[in-house]
Amino acid sequence: MSYRAPVEGYKGKIVEVVIGKGDRAVKIGGENILAFNQTFDEGEFPNPPKIAFEVWDMEPQGWAPWVLEPYKDVVSDPAAWAKRCEELGADFVYLYLISADPNEKDTPPEQAAELVRRVYEAINIPLIVYTTGNEGKDPAVLTKVAEVLGGENLLLGPVIKEDFEPIANAAKEHGHCVVSQAPVDINLQKELDVKLARILPREKIVLDPLASALGYGIEYCFSVAERTKHVGVMFEDAMMQMPIIANFGAEVWKNKEPKEREELGIAWEEVTAISYFLAGANILVMRHPEVFNVIREMIS
Amino acid sequence: MAVKGTDLVKLLPKKTKCKECGFPTCFAFAMKLATGGTEISACPHLSDEVREQIEELLAPPIRPVAIGTGDKALVIGDEEVMYRHEKTFFHQPGIGVLVTDTDDEKEIERKVKSVEEMKFIWIGHALKADLVVLKSASGDKGKFLSLVKKAADMTDGAPLVLMADDIDTLLAGLEACGKERKPLLYAVTEENIDEAISKLGQAEVPLAVKADGLEKITALTEKLKEAGLQDLVVDAGSRTLWEAVRDQIFVRRAALKQGYKPLGHPTITFPCFMADDSRKELAIASALLTRYAGIIVLSDLKEDYLFPLVVLRMNIYTDPRVPMAVEAKIYEINEPTNVSPVLLTTNFALTYFSVANEIEATKVPTYLAIQDTEGLSVLTSWSAGKFNGETAGEFIKKSGIEQKTKNRRIVIPGLLARIRGELEDELPEWEVVIGPRDAAGISSFLPELVGRS
Repeated sequence: MSYRAPVEGYKGKIVEVVIGKGDRAVKIGGENILAFNQTFDEGEFPNPPKIAFEVWDMEPQGWAPWVLEPYKDVVSDPAAWAKRCEELGADFVYLYLISADPNEKDTPPEQAAELVRRVYEAINIPLIVYTTGNEGKDPAVLTKVAEVLGGENLLLGPVIKEDFEPIANAAKEHGHCVVSQAPVDINLQKELDVKLARILPREKIVLDPLASALGYGIEYCFSVAERTKHVGVMFEDAMMQMPIIANFGAEVWKNKEPKEREELGIAWEEVTAISYFLAGANILVMRHPEVFNVIREMIS
Repeated sequence: MAVKGTDLVKLLPKKTKCKECGFPTCFAFAMKLATGGTEISACPHLSDEVREQIEELLAPPIRPVAIGTGDKALVIGDEEVMYRHEKTFFHQPGIGVLVTDTDDEKEIERKVKSVEEMKFIWIGHALKADLVVLKSASGDKGKFLSLVKKAADMTDGAPLVLMADDIDTLLAGLEACGKERKPLLYAVTEENIDEAISKLGQAEVPLAVKADGLEKITALTEKLKEAGLQDLVVDAGSRTLWEAVRDQIFVRRAALKQGYKPLGHPTITFPCFMADDSRKELAIASALLTRYAGIIVLSDLKEDYLFPLVVLRMNIYTDPRVPMAVEAKIYEINEPTNVSPVLLTTNFALTYFSVANEIEATKVPTYLAIQDTEGLSVLTSWSAGKFNGETAGEFIKKSGIEQKTKNRRIVIPGLLARIRGELEDELPEWEVVIGPRDAAGISSFLPELVGRS
């Protein structure tokens, strides 16, 4: 029996989602094969995974000095911080509106949206805006952001089953994409996607099945992300064919080991990043520029 | 591609109800055989040829290979799925360090020692590398042999890999470390295969097969198998990340999906030859770890890179069918005293980690009471009746926490606010406080709780 290369091809295809507009539009998704398999399987992977750097809307507390170092002089100015991320080569800025959380500064929606506008104007790459997942506050903040940045096609999230409706409606009205977030559960993910898809076309939705760090539950999140992708690509489930965002920077750097030593921290985030890359994530949200350099070289 | 009972029954003699195998019919026997419930030897009516054919069908699609002996042996191969969510991965890849006979003495000693001594304690397990990979690079046979001797003497049974281009050097290396160490010999190639068959035929050690590409590999493994050499590990020779991952995927697919026996073997990979710095080497090693490598050879063992790699190995090879649990007990976080508060939750590892991390970040001295819920999460264990006022009350009473702290305030997960009343009935001396619904809420909740007390 002679050897036949076991090449595979599938019938499902990930939806191509565009984030940003005009010169700063970036495409994600569009593949009909699995990550890393584009050199041999039958199909295409038109848009390699993209990398987003994290920016906070208030000075971060508890970050390891080495992950703060590249941004040290700009952490109190989110617009300057975002600019720095762009200079470092990020494809997206991921702006985390932590101050709007009632447990933090409870910043009013107008103020939060104004900050988003300032950050957006400071950069030339597309913007992802995340709130903290507070169902009481998030809708007010994200609908305001949607309105103030109307037509700019931001990626807004997370929307969860408790608050998807107002945010998705605002995204529809003002021309943005949203992130559908479910708690590491493929069935809940699909349920929410189905509801969202009644409001927005699939081309405006990105999935966030949550991404925990190496050593802190990565095996669950890795497999849920991998399965989600398989269900879309191999089993043609239209509701699981949106691109995936893996937001693990904060998850990695809150742990003890990455805070112990810089090189260990870099290695920890790097291994986490590669895992989600293999699982099929289309956007990786990370923190350390050195990790970015390694991953970027690998992806290209 | 597991063999089906219906395929096996076609090969059986179908003697009408002889029942000599202990089953009422050939069909019943075949069905049991396919699931491993009986042995083919139970049927006395088979020709040798048919028996061999059935044995081959029943053999695992990826042949297991043991390197080393006794409880130090590394067993790789024998995997059943492409993706861990389909079932689980079974045999963790061996991680090895490359030591060459051109390294200086100190370097040799340091590297060899690190295989057994560099350990990381992680949720109660000691994680470490496995293999010492000894390479002849000087071309001086004497130098290689003294390296092998030295490594064999210095280690306490760590499995070895011997690497040399010619069979005689490998044979001499085998003598030097002792056959009983059962090292992996690397490698049989197109150039030396005939010599390998004649000289290693009786060696009873596993062999690595190296060629340029999988097609050439299959020619070698088939030839070795005909000569009775079956404990094989393959190296398709790729030395770039993308090609190496492709080869791993092809080997696994060929074995599992095509049932293609010539590639039904575990693999050996060499991140040490694929990168010029440690971070890149780690990136390659972790990709190969997730994508099926049987052995991963590193250029060196350094704590900052080995630690995340062995944690990844444990995570990826964790059985997804079994909830991951931590030990049920009272955990002391931030050096609690006899007035510190108590937080209660389940022993689902993910819950434990997120809660413990959040508590640690607040710097508030706290006792974290982790109840045995068989690894189920908060709501799941509640609905399964494993986490309610009664079970929690019993756990707290038996846990000894009442002797550790005078504080009689116990915080329960916000998701289980409903068990407050039941728990107060069980623990009349305690005030039951409803905590945040999510671990992230602890950062503001806990400082407030102690500020208040």
